Amino acid sequence: MSVLISVKNLTLMYSDGVESLHNISIDVVANAVNVFFGPAGGGKSTLLRAINRLNDLADVSTVEGQIFYNGRNVLDPQVNVIELRRKVGMVFSRPAPLPLTVYENVVYGLRLMGENSKSVLDGRVEEALRQAVLWDEVYDRLNDPGISLSGGQQQRLCISRVLALDPELLMLDEPTSALDPVSTAKIEEMLQELKSRITIILVPHNVQQAARTADYSGFFLQGKLVEYAVGKGLFVNPREKQTQDYVTGRFG
Amino acid sequence: MEMVKGERWITWIIRISGYSSILFVSLILIFLAREGLPALGKVPLGDLFGTRWYPIESYFGIWPLIFGSVLVTVGALLIGIPFGIGTAVYLSELAPSWIKNILKPVIEILAGLPSVVLGFLGIQLVAPSFREFLNLPTGLTAFTGAVLLGFIAIPTIVSISEDALNTVPNMYRQGAMALGANHWQTIWGVTVPAARSGLLTAVMLGVGRAIGETMAVMMVTGNAPVLPHSWNALFLPARTMTATIASEMGEVATGSDHYHVLFFIGIVLFLISLAVNLTASSLALRSKKRAERLLS
Amino acid sequence: MDNSNYAQVSKRKAIVGVNLLRLITFITALPVIGVIVYIIVRGAPALSWEFLTAMPRDGMRAGGIMPAIVGTFYLAIGTAIFSVPLGVAAGIYIAEYASDNKLTRLVRIAIINLAGIPSVVYGLFGLGLFVLFLKFGTSILAASLTLAIMTLPVIISTTEEALRQVPSSFRVVSTSLGATRWQTVKNITLPQAMPGVVTGVILGLERAVGETAPIMFTGASFFLPLLPQSPMDATMALPYHIFVISTSVPGMPVQIQYGTVLVLLFFVLGMNVIATLIRNRARARRQW
Repeated sequence: MSVLISVKNLTLMYSDGVESLHNISIDVVANAVNVFFGPAGGGKSTLLRAINRLNDLADVSTVEGQIFYNGRNVLDPQVNVIELRRKVGMVFSRPAPLPLTVYENVVYGLRLMGENSKSVLDGRVEEALRQAVLWDEVYDRLNDPGISLSGGQQQRLCISRVLALDPELLMLDEPTSALDPVSTAKIEEMLQELKSRITIILVPHNVQQAARTADYSGFFLQGKLVEYAVGKGLFVNPREKQTQDYVTGRFG
Repeated sequence: MEMVKGERWITWIIRISGYSSILFVSLILIFLAREGLPALGKVPLGDLFGTRWYPIESYFGIWPLIFGSVLVTVGALLIGIPFGIGTAVYLSELAPSWIKNILKPVIEILAGLPSVVLGFLGIQLVAPSFREFLNLPTGLTAFTGAVLLGFIAIPTIVSISEDALNTVPNMYRQGAMALGANHWQTIWGVTVPAARSGLLTAVMLGVGRAIGETMAVMMVTGNAPVLPHSWNALFLPARTMTATIASEMGEVATGSDHYHVLFFIGIVLFLISLAVNLTASSLALRSKKRAERLLS
Repeated sequence: MDNSNYAQVSKRKAIVGVNLLRLITFITALPVIGVIVYIIVRGAPALSWEFLTAMPRDGMRAGGIMPAIVGTFYLAIGTAIFSVPLGVAAGIYIAEYASDNKLTRLVRIAIINLAGIPSVVYGLFGLGLFVLFLKFGTSILAASLTLAIMTLPVIISTTEEALRQVPSSFRVVSTSLGATRWQTVKNITLPQAMPGVVTGVILGLERAVGETAPIMFTGASFFLPLLPQSPMDATMALPYHIFVISTSVPGMPVQIQYGTVLVLLFFVLGMNVIATLIRNRARARRQW
């Protein structure tokens, strides 16, 4: 069991005074589905955005602590965030296709890198769409606008967009919250498939999804990491009372 | 900050372009001052703010001109405010959408009409009819200018007022109606007061538009830079600051006293529009902040 | 008074009020349509191929207004050359690059001020800087530069607005896929904002084309025997032409005046229509 990302004592506060993360230390295990779950406002999205430095776009006033990835602290200003974001891909809770065709959506990241050769792009498109379990549904619609797909397809499009860049880590922030159960199941299945090649961080949108998918899980409450365990431990046998209360639905 | 190749230049160009507006405002101020401040040296201050404007005999009192601008602007507002806000209220709160779809473009067309075209119609149509209907010696009066100016200011007032009214949250209207107010009472009791700083901003910008208007007023207000003797000054010819500059600049010798005084008037206009616009924008900013606080 | 009476009185007041507003709106809108129709009716008889393409004769009292039309074109192009790249870039700066600090606020204040400066003051400025100080003389160049600075705030504001309308989710997604700030602007934000930007440019140029005061002392002339040969020449232009023929030329046939006004109106309203068409078409084809 190797660790891909090591978060050490991360504290983060937004400029409006809201403290989003408080002294978080957690490890992300490679080639596994790492689940961060908990009620809204727990800081999970903030943590994800800290890992790929997407927080640079937001109004953050203080950041303390480190996030180690491949031996380097990701929060160091000297780090090349462009490279980082290619290696650490993110999928958001609402499907957000770019205003481009299906094909161009998938190759967007590759073109940003300067890759414009049609043969290379064609190959990567098919590979990424197959990995996202979308190829069979859109192979004949590659030149349609991305928004012409259904909700579940759009979200898988967003996933394949990230996969086309061959990331080491895939972070999904409530990816199925806007989707129907069938699409949800497809995506959960896909994650199990992918984890042998890619490390996964998943913020599930309910406890059941967490329990279904987790290899490792952390329970976040109001910016603090309350409990962490291997496998389904947190759901079957939580140690902390707060975890127990949330998991059994006493609050949410 | 990472950039792709060439991006450093592009970012630099974009930044410089962004700062360019500061450069231009400064340039305008500098060149107005360069040609206009000498007037303070050449014409005694008392005379400059005297009451006779008769450049041929070196009378450079600018009060009649300021008065002309004020007279015409106030007259314009007396028309522009009720008609402008009334139209805005009607369009935003009462009009069915098919009427809106016709009228909004019409107002936009009014906004786009060149002022020289409106001045032309003033000369051809409006002034003669005023002369007939109001039994005046001439139709080229401050009144005609005010009417024309009112129409010119209306699109500005309407569009900003409409924005202000549209920004009032529906919660307010629904709350009032839930308490038993009818639509009309809701509009005047709740919606319009809630939009009042936006409406004030609209009026201020209308003022700015009116004071700055040149061609239309120049063509219809006659050619008499005089201070009023009586209340019917409105129905006599007058002269605004803008019209003075436009009509006399072509005939002055560069570097003469007259030349410098015209630029000096330009400085006065610049400062007035500065004051009006700063007030309007700080009003708009304050109302936006208040709205954000209320809605959060 | 009892409740039902109050309700009735209020209702009557409301009906009177609503009708008053209807009347007000009608009075505001009707003259606009009336004016346009009137100009068309009185100006159309003057329109002919000769009117549009021939040089004027008899001290402008006969013949055509071609030099004024051509001059207006030249000024429009000149204004566009100087104001569009600068204005769009500045709009991009404010919408995508500027941080929330004092400098940005200063830029905003400057733009608001540029927007409010009276057109005749721009004329003075153009005279002072371009005609005299830089010694361009009364020329298309000086007039275009003056009009360009006057048009700048319109283009900057509409560009900024168009960019702001593009959903921020696109920016976030693009950034998360490894785009630099410029890459996001170039690939997603600016293309999506293009219709709004183009509309703004057209509306800005529409205003510039109709202005008289800024060109009066900087580039416009009335009696020119030849068409301008270079940007350093003065030119005739429709707005200034209309001004002179309607105020200072004895014996000027009224029909020619209306005809000239009609031509200018064609330009201005035509641009308005084009801008509206672009805006409506873009709204229908939006991918968000």
